[in-house]
Amino acid sequence: MSAAPKSEKERVGVYVCHCGTNIAGIVDVEDVALWAKKELGDDGVVISRDYKFMCSSLGQELIEHDIEIEGLTRVVVAACSPHLHEATFRGACDRAGLNPYLCEMVSIREQVSWVTTDKVKATAKAKAMVASGVERVIHNEPLDRMYVPVHPDTLVVGGGIAGIQATLEISNSGNKVYLVEREPSIGGHMAQFDKTFPTLDCAACILTPRMVDVGNQPNVELYTWSEVERVDGYVGNFTVTIRKKARYIVEADCTGCGICWEKCPKKVIDDVFEAGLGYRKAVYTPFAQAVPKYPVIDTETCIYFQNGKCRACEKFCPTDAIDFNQEDEFITVTVGNIILATGYDTFDARRIPQYGYGRLANVFTSIEFERMCNAAGPTDGEIVMRDGVTKPKSVGIVHCVGSRDNRYNSYCSVICCMSSLKFAHVVKERTDAEVYEFYIDMRTAYKDYDEFYQRVLEEGTHFIRGKVAEITDAARQPGEEGKLIIQAEDTLISRQRRIPVDMVILSTALEPRPDSKEVGHKFGISCSANGWFIEKHPKLDPVATMTEGIFIAGAVQGPKDIPTSVAQGAAAAARVLCHIGQEQIELEPVRASVNADKCSGCRICNDLCPFNAILFHEDLMVTEINQALCQGCGTCVAACPAGAITGSGFTNNQIMAQIEGMLMFSESNGMTRVAEPVAA
Amino acid sequence: MEKYLLYPGCAMERSASAYLDSTMAIRDDIAIEFEEVKDWNCCGATEYISVAQTPAHALIGRNLALASQQINGTNTLVAGCSACYLNLSKTDNYMLEDDKLSEQVNVALSAGGLNYQPGTLKIRHLLDIILNDVGLAAIREKVIRPLKQLRIAPYYGCMITRPDPNKHFRNAEYPQSLDKVMRALGAEVIDYPMKTHCCGGHMTQISESTAYEMIRGLLYGATQYKADVMVTLCPMCQLNLDAYQENVNKHFKTNFNIPILYFTQLMGLAFGHDAEELGIGKEFVSPGKALAKIGIEIPEDQASPKTKRKKDDPSLPMPAMPKDEEVI
Amino acid sequence: MTTVIDHTAEAVLDPAEIPKKSYLAEVVAATPGVSRLEMCIQCGTCGGSCPSAKDMDHSPRQIFAMIHAGMKDDVLASNTPWYCVSCYFCTSRCPQEIHITDVMYTLKRMAIKANLYDDHTAADLSKTFVNQVENNGRSFELGLATRHYLRHQPMRLVGSATFGLEMLSKGRLDLTPHKIDGLDQLKAILKKAKELDKVEV
Repeated sequence: MSAAPKSEKERVGVYVCHCGTNIAGIVDVEDVALWAKKELGDDGVVISRDYKFMCSSLGQELIEHDIEIEGLTRVVVAACSPHLHEATFRGACDRAGLNPYLCEMVSIREQVSWVTTDKVKATAKAKAMVASGVERVIHNEPLDRMYVPVHPDTLVVGGGIAGIQATLEISNSGNKVYLVEREPSIGGHMAQFDKTFPTLDCAACILTPRMVDVGNQPNVELYTWSEVERVDGYVGNFTVTIRKKARYIVEADCTGCGICWEKCPKKVIDDVFEAGLGYRKAVYTPFAQAVPKYPVIDTETCIYFQNGKCRACEKFCPTDAIDFNQEDEFITVTVGNIILATGYDTFDARRIPQYGYGRLANVFTSIEFERMCNAAGPTDGEIVMRDGVTKPKSVGIVHCVGSRDNRYNSYCSVICCMSSLKFAHVVKERTDAEVYEFYIDMRTAYKDYDEFYQRVLEEGTHFIRGKVAEITDAARQPGEEGKLIIQAEDTLISRQRRIPVDMVILSTALEPRPDSKEVGHKFGISCSANGWFIEKHPKLDPVATMTEGIFIAGAVQGPKDIPTSVAQGAAAAARVLCHIGQEQIELEPVRASVNADKCSGCRICNDLCPFNAILFHEDLMVTEINQALCQGCGTCVAACPAGAITGSGFTNNQIMAQIEGMLMFSESNGMTRVAEPVAA
Repeated sequence: MEKYLLYPGCAMERSASAYLDSTMAIRDDIAIEFEEVKDWNCCGATEYISVAQTPAHALIGRNLALASQQINGTNTLVAGCSACYLNLSKTDNYMLEDDKLSEQVNVALSAGGLNYQPGTLKIRHLLDIILNDVGLAAIREKVIRPLKQLRIAPYYGCMITRPDPNKHFRNAEYPQSLDKVMRALGAEVIDYPMKTHCCGGHMTQISESTAYEMIRGLLYGATQYKADVMVTLCPMCQLNLDAYQENVNKHFKTNFNIPILYFTQLMGLAFGHDAEELGIGKEFVSPGKALAKIGIEIPEDQASPKTKRKKDDPSLPMPAMPKDEEVI
Repeated sequence: MTTVIDHTAEAVLDPAEIPKKSYLAEVVAATPGVSRLEMCIQCGTCGGSCPSAKDMDHSPRQIFAMIHAGMKDDVLASNTPWYCVSCYFCTSRCPQEIHITDVMYTLKRMAIKANLYDDHTAADLSKTFVNQVENNGRSFELGLATRHYLRHQPMRLVGSATFGLEMLSKGRLDLTPHKIDGLDQLKAILKKAKELDKVEV
């Protein structure tokens, strides 16, 4: 199928950008411009220029001037990727009175000069690209901007510090937020910590006021013990189904008195909040300051759910708030924007068996040690060995466990140097133990961080620069018997050392949640190779994603400390509030429409639409596309066997012309014309 | 009957003949047939590669070329010695990875009328085929004398799990292959961190003090966990731990007295073969006391402690290493 | 691989003296496959894991720092490569996945050629072993041990005699070497291989 002929020739302006030496260093840009005027003149090219930096004000003014004075009706800019400056050039056209969608960019940088060093081939390809752009743009039609309304409600997924920050910022502005949290309480990992670096603030003391605010804020609808089941729609208009898992507690009646978990006979190891270091009951709240205060029943360990007996909680509940027959509830909400702040998981240190975690009793991970230090933790804040009683006289702290290691995670987990220093400080503060810290580098980059390092140096911790090779109980000499021996090369004195200690703390890596890919898929965003969610731009847009209306904040985007997580939560909230404030969002006016005359009513397209934008008229036996919902993905366009659907901005004519333009000139003949566009 | 090509290696022929004898003794039990590579030469151990690169690889290449000529129903080449296994495996892999080396080796081989296309053979350790091809179920079935109450310290040494170019073993730092096979024989297998540490190799000939410290560490590690016997899968390891045990004792004034046997010998005992058939009796440290334990009940008070937690127990819960099926 | 000019601590070098390739590049080129030696971040895992490190002049990590610094003679005069037992702990644990043990073998080969390390025990053991293999096609422990002790550790001859006798009585030692049938074939192969090795990589 070829491009349909045009009745009247357009006046096309071609602009070939040097981009300094980025393009001009490989592509002969002057030649391309001259060539375009000569070879494409018959197709409509009346102006063809090359310029050093088209994106500069002067470059843009060139276009504007030519539109006004030369009466251009179409513009082609051969430069960098449209991702960068399409908006710039369309804006220039707009200012000069030309519909912005009559301007096309062809990328002769990312697709030509940056992928080859062969100047001859590059120039030839650049010419082909320009030809394709010219042939295509001739078939462009003016399009009107599309606006969709923004629903003022927001969904925040993840109730850790980043999610809490975002929730408060948005809800305090008067807008509604649905906060969905997987665990029974919000708080995230920060609620597990004892002290936070570098200020040594008590984590719970600074976190819980925020948690309480969230609980009390009337604009927040809090769903804990809940997960997002399904997401449909697009920016401004997402339809989200939330699964509110059954707590088996009637929230309306529960006072949070705690008699149920007091009386519960089933004690189990708490793998989540206590990091496996402490216990909870089958009916529990994860910690005393939980928001909301309602407990949950863990059906996998509850005696009643496993074999029908007990029911002690029900018996003793003074307000009759236990309901074993409760079921999961599904709640569907509409929101305009979504913020994902689902945080991180900790590295399983059993993956490094030579460090002894899981084999040698007194090897602990950083999260276990946080729980140990925490005054409300399994040891009431006492630093003791695995027997629960003995105080260690020497402690080793190991950096980079599972981080900066090609065999596990090649990235640096950012916070472990600081938290290792924090542990050293806490051990010194609460015990008389000698502390040995094993590091490769000391990464104390942010505000007051290096000062904290200085403080810990003053306290007398022994620092040994060497990545720990192994931790063993096989003694080599007296003094090592009954101890854990940390073996590492002290690289600064170039000697292998064996340091016997009572207790070891492994600063484990931060890792993405194991279900990140599935979650990403659910929301339509991607994960990087390391498993963290991908931001729109790592330098300039760290909280947005490639999907409009979906934002990410906190450790879910990559390991980071609390101040940065808070900043990102606030940043994501600001972006959302911007959308809400504008009340509408401009969308690309690329959308599909059905030519009813050609539609045979086969309905193949009906089920393909990811945005549910296709309707079928039974009476007329034709399909229609809802222009408001359509996102211009092109699926139905491609699927229609009759070719009855076309995409504005991506019509079949435009695409065919673009392809023909690419192939019209022969490289072996020095880029002379070998075919005519059917338009001529 | 599963058929395999066999590369015994110099040690299995003589200093570790017990290893070869016991492997041959159990082959019917585990339904394995071996075809020895005809006229194989030494693999060069850790010595040839220290002197010259291309000749070292060509030396190994001759074995690979000869083995590849015997491919008939099987292209799996099995080695019982970890060093031989690693040498054969490494040369094959480097020839695959490094075109220049591959070319050079084949030019050298052609001077002897031979050629080897890298990747033609599947090179595996004896333990690998016993665990993965024979399988634990088949092993358990053949046990007629379970090694009950025998506390075994499985000793892997280095070259079988490291560097593991073909990723046959899941975790170099926490291997379980030998543990599982021993458990299938009914024995009690102890986990001890030293099980993957090096026996010292030829260090006994270069620096006795260095070597003896390495051997002492292993003996200590096993006896610390109250092992009755250490079980190996490499002739060098067996030699160092066994033949030099007395020297170690003299050097450090210790009194280790733990026998070192090959895993195939334990398998043979469990399958009902008698000691002589399995080459038992050639050790420096007698296994008599340990083997007397097989089949004897131990008194109740020495049995494993009860695992139920007492009410006032202040101790903190302890994480455990993952079970087989658990993927971490 | 970028070409780096070594700058030693000595006075101004005659431009003709400046090596065309850095010592690091030389070591990398002489090691089969991709060693990744340039990726070393000096973390010390190798030096920490090495069972012989306490007896080495320089830990493996230190040797790599010296290679990066172009200290060729110091590296080849060190006892480090000779104390390597090829346990591969370093290789399996290196966070940068450097093929450390293979680099050690390269250094052994270079050290033999350079002849800067004054204790030849280990090098001679290897060379004697090689000699046995080239003459028989198989290793010959009795021959190896006798020759080795005679040359380097004569004091051990006495003690090792009892050891040897015990090995013999247990049938674990051969009195004479076993020769393979295809010895000529092997010799031809090795001869050709040695010729190829003389080519500069």
